[in-house]
Amino acid sequence: MTSELQQHEAADDVPGEIGVLAPGHTYGTVTDKISSIVLRRGVQRGWLFGFSVALMGFLLLQGALGATIYFGLGLWGINAPVGWGLAIVNFVWWVGIGHAGTLISAVLLLLHQDWRTSINRFAEAMTLFAVANAGLFPVLHLGRIWVFYWLFPYPNTMAIWPQFRSPLMWDVFAVSTYATVSFLFWFVGLIPDLATLRDRSQSKVGQFFYGALAMGWRGSATHWYRYRTAYLLLAGLATPLVVSVHTIVGLDFASSIIPGWHSTIFPPYFVAGAIYSGFAMVVTLCIPLRWAYGLEDFITMKHLDNMAKVILATGLIVGYGYGMEVFFGWYSANEYEKYLVLNRAIGPYWPFYWALIVCNVLTPIALWFPQVRRNIPLLFVISIIVNIGMWLERFVIVVTSLHRDYLPSSWGMYVPTKVDWSLYIGTLGFFLSLLFLFIRILPVISIFEMRELVAKTSEEEAAHGHAPEPTA
Amino acid sequence: MTNPAKPYGLLAEFKDAPALCEAIRRTRAEGYRQIEAYTPFPVEAVEEALELPQTRFPLVVLTGGIIGGICGYLLQFWVATIAYPLNVGGRPYHSWPMFLPITFEMTVLGAALSAVFGMLALNGLPMPYHPLFNVERFGLASRSRFFLSVQSRDPKFDLEPTRAFLASLEPRRVLEVPA
Repeated sequence: MTSELQQHEAADDVPGEIGVLAPGHTYGTVTDKISSIVLRRGVQRGWLFGFSVALMGFLLLQGALGATIYFGLGLWGINAPVGWGLAIVNFVWWVGIGHAGTLISAVLLLLHQDWRTSINRFAEAMTLFAVANAGLFPVLHLGRIWVFYWLFPYPNTMAIWPQFRSPLMWDVFAVSTYATVSFLFWFVGLIPDLATLRDRSQSKVGQFFYGALAMGWRGSATHWYRYRTAYLLLAGLATPLVVSVHTIVGLDFASSIIPGWHSTIFPPYFVAGAIYSGFAMVVTLCIPLRWAYGLEDFITMKHLDNMAKVILATGLIVGYGYGMEVFFGWYSANEYEKYLVLNRAIGPYWPFYWALIVCNVLTPIALWFPQVRRNIPLLFVISIIVNIGMWLERFVIVVTSLHRDYLPSSWGMYVPTKVDWSLYIGTLGFFLSLLFLFIRILPVISIFEMRELVAKTSEEEAAHGHAPEPTA
Repeated sequence: MTNPAKPYGLLAEFKDAPALCEAIRRTRAEGYRQIEAYTPFPVEAVEEALELPQTRFPLVVLTGGIIGGICGYLLQFWVATIAYPLNVGGRPYHSWPMFLPITFEMTVLGAALSAVFGMLALNGLPMPYHPLFNVERFGLASRSRFFLSVQSRDPKFDLEPTRAFLASLEPRRVLEVPA
């Protein structure tokens, strides 16, 4: 019995066992390693190449944006009956991706998951950029983008006010609050690191830039005390917020009377889908990042493994959601609901539906196997497939529900136009351009939290080094 | 009263948090009160050693959240019943369940804004100049070193004896911070 326990303990202590931080790091080494990515002079070829490609996408976005604003929404494929085309698909997709950052930062912080430390900063930045892209689409979809401020309640000479009973109005508040709070959370997390960069920077420009943003942070214990409190409170506030945002996006659909949308499962199923796609995007971006900057010590296999497990769990919830949609179609005994389920599977958009099932339900099954979760190229491919699947899911939800209206006389087909696709590809370029800039000028990993992690792991090691507690 | 040649204070550098905590305890036992610690990451033990008073800061956040929520609800109530009443299928003007999502969002927004700006304001940030930044080695406080400062406004502060006392705490260095 005791020998068995000892064996287990020994197995836990195997040197080289993958933890959240590779052994041998000190406060100085983590600081220098992460800040050197930002503080080195000049740009590297790889970065320049990636940034240029992303910038081309951004230029495409500008072209498509300009055309849409100048000529109007007639350039898009939307028409009666499909009034919500790619714009809404892309909006929901980007907002969903924007969920992982705050979830990793806030929820995992409150749950004391140490592994969040090396990926939270990066995931938060990803969230911000994804939400910025998401916000673009509904505003464009208004048609007259120059009066977008009519969405906000303000006293105006037209003597009209927004309709607060509409979930679309809730969306305005949810997405703008989410963007604001995510930005604040990200910026507060950055302050001590900006001070580190200010103190490390050798150039006048760097010292001024980081110094101004660090606002005179000195790391005094009194400041840290309030800082810690503020950070924890923000995490507590962001946790229900992150759930509320996609819930409200789900309600945009659920509160309508369209078959396939009018369903109580939408809010939770949307939230699960958001976490699913968000984690997939973090994995997609983490794998090249850790490889390009040699961050394998900080973003270890343990991180990838854990993220893969989150993808697996949320993928199962999403799969359950698909199952329930089919069940509701039958159980509702409503011919329109029943027709919708059949139309999704064997109607004109069937390839999208079955591709979605393959991407989102069948592919993640592979993640049950530890060998797959630890195979980096395979994990990378799976994460991209999940992203594609989640985009298809939104396409199927938006388009198949709308294209067959109650009366066959109002049936129609939706085909996205070149401008639709350019906007989508353009936002991908915009997203990546922002990420490339972020990687170059701000620390991709939270430096002060890594120092905290070093302190914690060295304490644990010291505790392990001493005689272990006899098993009572 | 203030002597122009008087420095801001003295700074002792330590290599880790336990050494700093021990030094803080001994400095406080010696009777110094105007002291402050600087660490590269938050250390609870240091806060305890300094015996920092319980912060009222969470109350600021609570107040911000309550104000945000009340404003959010009242705005919707006023718009829907007084400023722009719309009869939608005979439903009541004051349809409060519909107002809850925005009330929630505004509560979170109010609380988050007061958390961030409250924290910065209470910490006295932004502060572009501080005497400590004149000490070159203080840059290590954001990397790997732990510092303890004793300020000259402490009644017990006397440059040479205080320096000797700090040196007795076995720091890496004792540095003078010019005013």
